[in-house]
Amino acid sequence: MTEVVQQDLASERQVQTIDSETPFKRFVSEFFDSKTASVALFILLSIIILAVIAPWITPQDPYDLAQVDVLDGRQPPGAEAFSGYTMWLGSDGAGRDLYSGILYGLRISLSVGVMSGFIALLIGMAVGLLAAYAGGRAENVIMRVVDLQLSFPAALVALMLIAILGKGVDKIILALVVAQWAYYARTVRASALVERNKEYVEAAACLGISHARIIFRHIMPNCLAPLIVVGTVQTAHAISLEATLSFLGVGMPQTSPSLGVLIANGFEYMLSGRYWISVFPGIALLVTVVSINLVGDHLRDVLNPRISTGGGKAK
Amino acid sequence: MSAPLLEIRNVSKRFVKKLDVAGKIAARLGANISEETVHAVDNVSMTINKGEVVGLVGESGCGKSTLGRVVAGIHNPTDGQVFFEGQDISALEGVRKREVTLAVQMIFQDPFASLNQRMRVEDIIGEAPVYHGLTTRSEKSDYVDEIMEKVGLDPSLKKRYPHQFSGGQRQRIGIARALAVKPRFLVCDEAIAALDVSIQAQVINLFMDLREEFDLTYLFISHDLSVVEHIADRVLIMYLGRVVESGITEEIFDRPVHPYTSALLAEAPRLDQRKREFAPIKGEIPSPLEPPSGCHFHPRCPHAIGDCSRQAPALEVVRRNHIAACHLRERFG
Repeated sequence: MTEVVQQDLASERQVQTIDSETPFKRFVSEFFDSKTASVALFILLSIIILAVIAPWITPQDPYDLAQVDVLDGRQPPGAEAFSGYTMWLGSDGAGRDLYSGILYGLRISLSVGVMSGFIALLIGMAVGLLAAYAGGRAENVIMRVVDLQLSFPAALVALMLIAILGKGVDKIILALVVAQWAYYARTVRASALVERNKEYVEAAACLGISHARIIFRHIMPNCLAPLIVVGTVQTAHAISLEATLSFLGVGMPQTSPSLGVLIANGFEYMLSGRYWISVFPGIALLVTVVSINLVGDHLRDVLNPRISTGGGKAK
Repeated sequence: MSAPLLEIRNVSKRFVKKLDVAGKIAARLGANISEETVHAVDNVSMTINKGEVVGLVGESGCGKSTLGRVVAGIHNPTDGQVFFEGQDISALEGVRKREVTLAVQMIFQDPFASLNQRMRVEDIIGEAPVYHGLTTRSEKSDYVDEIMEKVGLDPSLKKRYPHQFSGGQRQRIGIARALAVKPRFLVCDEAIAALDVSIQAQVINLFMDLREEFDLTYLFISHDLSVVEHIADRVLIMYLGRVVESGITEEIFDRPVHPYTSALLAEAPRLDQRKREFAPIKGEIPSPLEPPSGCHFHPRCPHAIGDCSRQAPALEVVRRNHIAACHLRERFG
């Protein structure tokens, strides 16, 4: 009995807090209701900060060939380098300190992932909104292109493009954008179709507001929730895709190693017992991708009212 | 006499569901599918004079909302014309077109879906006036305050989002949004149907107050006869896309001619006949995809004669200010 009363009070209190809060505050408090997601977000933010401040906390700049000494090559974790510092995670075949290499690699992997994810999001969003709003033949053409694109594995599309375009950071970003924009377009179009038929859009049309303004001021903000979710998950996907390409030797060049390049470098030493060259960058990649995915997963739970139970404890 | 404020002439609105490629192939191979056409509005004409309140009544699915949207300029009519102050609105351009667009505004049924959840009330109400230069960005705040007071909302709430308001308040926000562009004609599409009864009365009173203050003309779409009787000067009864009867309110309510109108009126609950039994109109409203031949109402009409299923009756004058579309109008009139 008391339990019921308490529950009632709790739900009443919740109604009150919801009433007095902005949607954003409610969203934040719901997000942090999940321990997993909070921890994942904490790890992700730590990784980003570490990557950003890498030049100030690493003993070696792995891009500066003057600082890389071949004599330090293939040292186990904890060995002392020729120039005096301790290589806590060992070194790879070229004498790069792995701790430094991983942080610098994270910089490249994260920035390539975020950049390509963001550009793909902008393109996909514009295309998806246009398709949903225009309807008719334009929508059909756009969505068939999207279907065609999605019927190829993203890695295959990226590989083909790299083969045509050649190596380089800009080309990898371009390849990832081309491989991924269709996911965004499809997501946005689905939610924009729902929004387009709501009465507030009719009201805006009735008020003589231009099409462009209706699309970007009215429909777009209402489609952002699923887009943010797809954005996080696809960014994680872009990071692992970049690592895949680099691992296959068509991604980042040897002189500016991303995580994928580091893993590939250590691959040949795996059977000779020098596990650390591949394993540590691999763990870094794994932790990054998993934490982004966990954050994205929980974002979806919070942002989707059909899954969210209100308290954010959906599972 | 000057031109009526709004006139629609022979307006039809059809929604066609075209076949996709697979459908076309299947139809070519002999499958029993074809394009589906919904005659939402079928050859409707009406005039509304300045200052009038015209009630548009009918069951759900009879096309009254579609007609309202055609009048408000949200849908273009498939056939026919809409005239505002004697000018065909499809032929207007430039400044005049915008004037007419803004002069006819719509109040929607669903106070949840009709407000953009991501905008603050201030922006919902103030967006269009700023966009059209009725006020400036710096004066928007005062402009919004003034309108919010007019519709009975506390201006200090303007920084809030729609989800923080009750249904009645939201409907007031919707009214404020329409009023903000200084309209002269309001289409109220079931504007009170989603509200509690006590709130309904408040909103109706608000409509009537605003009518006096801003010299507004209304097309009031509703399925609620008691509300329409209360506020409308004239009434149109629609059935399956067609107007079956129209006239001044007292005429329609006291001496209905069309059997459909009589049936609707007979089944409206009234305070003075509380304990009676209700007998719904027999049968279901037919699908607008395949409307019945002749008079659309004949499968449900207790008085139907042979002609009713063969020939659609035209709207003819029964008495002064009263027209009806029924082959037997002389018997009932």
